[in-house]
Amino acid sequence: MSKEDNRRMLLEKALKEYDFQASALLEILHKAQSIYGYLSKDLLMDIAQSLHLPPSTVFGVATFYSFFNLTKPGEHIVTGCLGTACYVKGSEQIMQAIEREFNVKRGGTTADGKLSLFVTRCIGACALSPAIIVDDEVIGKATKEVVIERIKQLLGGSNQ
Amino acid sequence: MKLADLQKIAEQEVDFQRAYKYRINVCCSSGCMPLGALKVLEAFEKAVKEFGVEKECKVARTGCPGTCSVGPVVVVEPGDYLYQNVTPEKAREIVRDHIVLGLPAKDLLYSNEQFFKKQKRLVLRNAGKIDPYRIQDYIAMGGYSALVKCLATMTPQGVIYEVMTSGLRGRGGAGFPTGQKWSLVARAHGSPKYIVANLDEGDPGVFANRTLAEADPHAILEGMAIAAFAVGAEKGYIYIRAEYPLAIQTLQRAITQARSMSLLGNNILETSFKFDVELRLGAGAFVAGEETAILASVEGRRAMPRPRPPYPANSGLWGKPTLIQNVETLANIPLIIMNGGLWFSKIGTPKCTGTKCFSLTGKVNTPGLIEVPMGITLREVIFDIGGGVQKDRKFKAVLVGGPSGGCIPETHIDQPIDYESLKNLGAIMGSGGIVVLDDQSCMVDTAKFFTEFCVDESCGKCTPCRVGLTKIKGIYDAITQGNGRMEDITVLEKTSVYIRDASLCGLGQTAPNPVLTTLRYFKDEYIQHIKDKKCPAGRCFKTKEGEQ
Ligand SMILES: Cc1cc2nc3c(=O)[nH]c(=O)nc-3n(C[C@H](O)[C@H](O)[C@H](O)COP(=O)(O)O)c2cc1C
Ligand code: FES
Repeated sequence: MSKEDNRRMLLEKALKEYDFQASALLEILHKAQSIYGYLSKDLLMDIAQSLHLPPSTVFGVATFYSFFNLTKPGEHIVTGCLGTACYVKGSEQIMQAIEREFNVKRGGTTADGKLSLFVTRCIGACALSPAIIVDDEVIGKATKEVVIERIKQLLGGSNQ
Repeated sequence: MKLADLQKIAEQEVDFQRAYKYRINVCCSSGCMPLGALKVLEAFEKAVKEFGVEKECKVARTGCPGTCSVGPVVVVEPGDYLYQNVTPEKAREIVRDHIVLGLPAKDLLYSNEQFFKKQKRLVLRNAGKIDPYRIQDYIAMGGYSALVKCLATMTPQGVIYEVMTSGLRGRGGAGFPTGQKWSLVARAHGSPKYIVANLDEGDPGVFANRTLAEADPHAILEGMAIAAFAVGAEKGYIYIRAEYPLAIQTLQRAITQARSMSLLGNNILETSFKFDVELRLGAGAFVAGEETAILASVEGRRAMPRPRPPYPANSGLWGKPTLIQNVETLANIPLIIMNGGLWFSKIGTPKCTGTKCFSLTGKVNTPGLIEVPMGITLREVIFDIGGGVQKDRKFKAVLVGGPSGGCIPETHIDQPIDYESLKNLGAIMGSGGIVVLDDQSCMVDTAKFFTEFCVDESCGKCTPCRVGLTKIKGIYDAITQGNGRMEDITVLEKTSVYIRDASLCGLGQTAPNPVLTTLRYFKDEYIQHIKDKKCPAGRCFKTKEGEQ
């Protein structure tokens, strides 16, 4: 079975699990994002049809909540926390350093599609602030140097 | 399962635990995980086998004891010896010295007794002590006996009466009397009735609800079940933010276990009472925590607040009567049922009973999760529990209540913490965020930061909030880039008051608080920025680095 069919099957399973209820739209979007990595236009159309919802409703919800990505993210994802505790401890400065070092703007992806930089508002690791998430790893009490080094390692790895 | 069976499980579990001389509680909560808690857990499991003490020493995976700044944290019972910054190597040392030789490894112990001295842990009674993945651990601590008591010996009215007597008020921000809310929902017409437990915790810089869910999920479920019994609800939702994967997983497991033991579902404990719980995930919207917005979100729509009335108590989810309650509020309920409302009403202050969990962060020596009786002063929290300002720098202000809270200067930190005093100071209790600022923080920049947050998070439905906040943000940009004018101060004040008075929901109504409090207590800093183009903390007037 192709990768695409496999993903569609996982989505179908999620849809069934929630009994195709329109009220489970957010849950379905979460599932879809974890299966496909992001919510493409086609995918949103597909979900709208499956749940018998107007596409405008599905697009409206997907764009309202910042957790959903509507564009394809880079191979690696760095998310900086700009919650209060992290901001007070200098996460803004770390974000700026990452932007400079890798030539990427927050919310965007590098030209080669290797790295995306996102912002979150608190992941609840405030006592370890500033917190930066590199792929799935949370770096607590982060410094510019440590984070940049870690990202370089990852990027270096994916080149080989 | 029957009522008597629960008793039996508790007894069996207590016997099982008593067979061990020692218990090592390894915190595996979101605070300690990134620091390698799982490796530490493994190392302990290996070490007790290596030294052959696995029969007398139990290694348990637990939630958070609160000292998140010195993680990974491990507590050895009996005696509550708290070890800090534990590594796999140190784990072996601790087993060798403490368990095998009976000599606590002194130099690895956490020395700050001050952190715990003024705390009172009721809601967090089990946090760091029980394994959140095992329902038996909770039952052994007396868990679910409050639900049993309700079902076996109390009427719904009797339960509501106890909650009213307790004086408990909502911990999600507004401080509405919980018993009163329950009686509104109980009396409302319509069925089915719903319960929504609010675990959106949108205030950036707060992790109390997350820690509770990760450490003691059944306390939330039991509180919900009791609430359902009291108001006559059959279905409950826990609305939790997607940024909390471990809490989601912990709650999901807890729900499954509770169902399998017939503590949730149909015919709970072989009575006619039925109640089930489902999780609903948030998706990164601060406003979704607002009580009418949360309803829209649970229904799968955009989290847009709507005007009240009708109140959710009468017309909530799908137009049915709905009880919305913060999870910390709910976790208090089993204690109130077991010990009585009168007992609870004597904790804290007469108008503000019980305790409150706070996330203590910022430039404080020992950040972490604390629980204190209401009425304690901010000074005690910051200087006694928190150990004062980091690196002996000068205390400047404390932010209480998050983006809708206020900045309180040193002259006012001897006020007791309760809903009314905080409101008088221009702040709010909010979800319990306390962020300490030192002289390196600029108050203009701080107010700007919160304003930007609220601009991002405004849902855009009402004009005062959408347009007003954007306007305020523009003024802050000007002031911090050296283009401020003295008139701006008046415009900030006036616009803030408009937004506060004319916005549709709590977001807009409280968003100007940081602006108003910084203007009230730190006006001279604004003047320095505008007149002298100087930022005393050295934060502003930089051309943004990295901008091309
Ligand atoms: C913008 C906004 C965000 C809110 N966020 C939360 C939240 O994250 N968690 C919460 O429990 N209450 C939040 N509230 C308060 C809820 O509207 C509601 O008052 C509360 O959940 C009721 O429960 P309680 O009586 O137990 O406090 C928020 C309110 C506003 C206006
Ligand atoms: S503010 Fe960054 S983790 Fe909470």
